[in-house]
Amino acid sequence: MSDADTRLVSMLDSIPYARFLGIKAELAGDEMTAVLPFAQHIVGNPMLPAIHGGVLGAFMEMTALAQLSVAAPMKRQPRTIDVSIEYLRSGRPLTTYARASIKKLGRRIANVHVEAWQETRSAPIATLRGLFLVAPSED
Amino acid sequence: MSDHEQTKLIATAMNEGSPQAKALGFTTLEIGDAVALLKVPYRPEIIGDPETGVIAGGVVTTLLDHASGQAVHAAMATWTSIATLDLRIDYMRAAEPGLDVMARAHCYKLTRSVAFVRAVAYDRDPEDPVATGQATFMLDSSAGKKAGANLKPSRAPRTKTGAVDQ
Repeated sequence: MSDADTRLVSMLDSIPYARFLGIKAELAGDEMTAVLPFAQHIVGNPMLPAIHGGVLGAFMEMTALAQLSVAAPMKRQPRTIDVSIEYLRSGRPLTTYARASIKKLGRRIANVHVEAWQETRSAPIATLRGLFLVAPSED
Repeated sequence: MSDHEQTKLIATAMNEGSPQAKALGFTTLEIGDAVALLKVPYRPEIIGDPETGVIAGGVVTTLLDHASGQAVHAAMATWTSIATLDLRIDYMRAAEPGLDVMARAHCYKLTRSVAFVRAVAYDRDPEDPVATGQATFMLDSSAGKKAGANLKPSRAPRTKTGAVDQ
């Protein structure tokens, strides 16, 4: 396992809330895909049924944090400053995927964009733009 | 049945009937006049930073979304389906480990198709927030959609060009 792989696995394993949602991640080179398997307890609207919007937001925020852990070793876990989420389609009872793109990783601030999709990557169900306070290790 | 009683029933249905709200243990402490006050109890499963025991930002996101939705229902005279269009959250500080988190949401504007909501999450004092949120909701979001609509296979993407149907 690469260093980035080790950091990713240990991050997701150590966060109780990531386990509560059932979030996993796969790394291919430097490209990470986060995976949220469907489970009954993530449903928000039982009529449609649809995944809770808050869960999709939480999943995308966790994807951004995971991508930051892959990008560089950090002295401590990044802190979320703000997020802005757009909901495009309702989350169906299917596996959800997300990929994050770090627009800038500075000495203190990181800007990250995330997209979540289900069956079709080109038809995302939600997007997130977030700012994070980071502390990259200086080595 | 008064409007307030009906709103309380909607809040209970949204907490008990929504598996995610139930899994997180959401309860509605107050509801009425376009305002909803909800609580999520602190527990180890929802920790986001294992070093400090602070709850995950995502839990606050879900609480703010849920509280905002209930505030929209509390602002409407009759029930209609709603869906979050967008949600923006500023995280001011970490919630204190061990404390329950509250969210107070206010639907300050309703138009025919959109509702606007502001919300604050806090642990001890609403004047010292953990996070603030701003959300918009679409009203009558499942117009024409029947229960179980999401269980059917998805439609093929609509063609955007001027294809002529034969």
